[in-house]
Amino acid sequence: MKFMLIMRAVDQAAVDAFEKTDFEEIIAAMGKYNESMINAGVLADGAGLSDASEGAVVDFSEDDPVVTDGPYGELRELFNGFWIVDVSSQEEAIEWAKRAPLGAGSQIEVRRVTGPEDFPQDNEWIQKEQEWVAEGKLAGN
Amino acid sequence: MGRRGEARRQLTRSAEAVSRTVEATWRIEAAKIIAALSRYVGDFGLAEDLAQEAVAEALRQWPESGVPSNPAAWVTTVAKRRAIDNWRRRDRLDDRVAMIASEMEIAQNAAVDEPPWDPDTIDDDVLRLIFISCHPVLGREAQLALTLRVVGGLTSEQVARAFLVPVSTIQQRIVRAKKKLAAAQVPFELPPAEDRAERLSSVLGVLYLMFSEGHVAASGPDWMRPELAMDALRLTRVTAGLLPGEPEVHGLVALMASTAARFPARVRPDGRPILLADQNRARWDRSLIHLGERSLRTALALREARGAYTVQAQIAAVHAEATDVASTDWTRIAVLYSDLNRAAPSPVTELNRAIAIAEADGPLAGLRVVDELAASGALATFHLIPSVRGELLSRLGRAEEARAEFERAADLATNEREREVLRAKARRPAGP
Repeated sequence: MKFMLIMRAVDQAAVDAFEKTDFEEIIAAMGKYNESMINAGVLADGAGLSDASEGAVVDFSEDDPVVTDGPYGELRELFNGFWIVDVSSQEEAIEWAKRAPLGAGSQIEVRRVTGPEDFPQDNEWIQKEQEWVAEGKLAGN
Repeated sequence: MGRRGEARRQLTRSAEAVSRTVEATWRIEAAKIIAALSRYVGDFGLAEDLAQEAVAEALRQWPESGVPSNPAAWVTTVAKRRAIDNWRRRDRLDDRVAMIASEMEIAQNAAVDEPPWDPDTIDDDVLRLIFISCHPVLGREAQLALTLRVVGGLTSEQVARAFLVPVSTIQQRIVRAKKKLAAAQVPFELPPAEDRAERLSSVLGVLYLMFSEGHVAASGPDWMRPELAMDALRLTRVTAGLLPGEPEVHGLVALMASTAARFPARVRPDGRPILLADQNRARWDRSLIHLGERSLRTALALREARGAYTVQAQIAAVHAEATDVASTDWTRIAVLYSDLNRAAPSPVTELNRAIAIAEADGPLAGLRVVDELAASGALATFHLIPSVRGELLSRLGRAEEARAEFERAADLATNEREREVLRAKARRPAGP
C-alpha cells in the first residue's frame, strides 16, 4: 500500500533553520535519505515544491473562486514537498517518516493513498462503478 | 516538545501498537541488524537467533518504556549483550567476547542516532546475508523462508501467511535451514569469483519464485497474493542497489515492476480474476511502470547479450506500451519469446510464443505451434496446453473440441479461481 509523506513547515523555527543551513548540506541530507528509501525498495515517487511566495491560491469560499498570490494563510499550511512510499503498513510509513532529515518546526503528515478497496462495497452505484472500471468501460480511473 | 512527546506516547501506548511498530522497524532494519551481528559473532545462525531474542525483548519492554529513538541500535545492543551472556554461561570468556564488550561500551558512549553498524561494510554484509539465505545447499522452500525472514524482515507468522502453511512449519524450515548451513560450514562471505555467476543465479531464482508464487498462487483459494509479490520486488530492488553492475538483477526488477503494475487491474472486487484482454489499463500503477522502464534501460545498457529476466522484462514492456490487446505488437512478442527460448529453453516459453503467433498471424498458425509442443510430450500434466488449445479452437469455431479442451484444462488446474474461469469457458458458446 502507498502512503504520502507530506512535509510541512509549521513553525518559524523551520524557516530559520533552513536559512541558516548550507543549501548543499540540505541537498546532501535529503539525497542520502532518498537513496536509503530507494535502496530499501520502497520509494515510489516524490517531489519538492518551490517557495510558497511563488504560488497562488484558488479559494472557493465565495460564490466565485477567488485567486490570491502567495504567501498565503498561516505558516502551518506551508506544504513543501512529498514522498510516496510503497510499504506494508502505516507503521512502516511512519518509521520511514521518522528518518527524514528534518528539525524543529517541521512536520510530516503520513496519509494513505486510496485505492479501489476504499469504496463502500454495499452501495449499488459503487458496485456498478467497480464493475465498469473492472470491465474497462471507463477511460480514466 | 511537550506536544510531540504526548503524541508519541499516544501512538506507542498499547502493546498491539508497539508490536506493529516493532514489525515495521524490523522490516526496515532486519537485514542490516542480522548482517552486522553476523560479522560480530562470526556466525549467521547465532546472529539470527540473537536478533530474534532481542526483538522478543523489545516487544516485552517497549510497551512500558516507549519506543527508543533508535530502535535498530537498541535491538543490536541487546543482541550483543545476549551473545556475551551466552558465552559467559558457557564459561568461554575469550578474546572475542572481551572485544565485543569493549565495543559495546564504546557504542553506548557514542551518539544515540548513529547507526549500530559500520557504514563502510554494511552493504557488503547485507549482500553476504542475501547470498547465504539463497545458498544452494538449501532447498527452495528453505531459501524462500529464510530470505523473507532474514533479508525481508518478515515475522514467521507473516511468512507462514504468505505460503499458507502453519507457523510451526516455517519455524521448522528456518531451524533446519540454519542447521544445514552450519553442517555444511557455509562461511558468512561473498561467493568466490568462480562461483559468483551460479550463486547470483540462485539468488535471482529465489526472488523470481517468490514473486511468481505471489503473482499466480500455485494453490489455494486466491488468484494471487500481491503482498508476497511486492516483497519479492522490494528485495530485488535491494539486491539491485547492492549489485548495480549486474544486468540481470535490473532485468528482474523490470520484469517484476511491469508485472506488478498490472495488479490493481487484475482482480474484481469479489476476487475473481480479470484477463489481460479485459483489464482497464488506466488502473495500471504508473510508478511501477516507470520503475520497470528505468530498470530495463539500465539492464540493456549494461550488457548486449540479454539474460532470461531481461528478455521477459522486454516482453512485459511491449505489453505495457500497448493501449489494448489489439494494438499490442504481437510479432515483436513472438520474436522475443524465440530469444527467451534461446536464453533459457522451456516448453512454457514455447507455449507463450504460440499465443503470440496466434495473435499476430491467426489462431491456426498458433495452433500448429501448440500441437507440435503437445506432440513432443512436454507439459503433459500442465493445464495451460489444453487451456490454450481450447482458446484457439474456440476462435476457429470448433466448439465441441474447444469445450473438451477446457474441461481437460479445468481438471488439471490446481488454482481454484483459475479452475472456475476454465469451467466458465467450457460452458460459453464458441466464437472469436
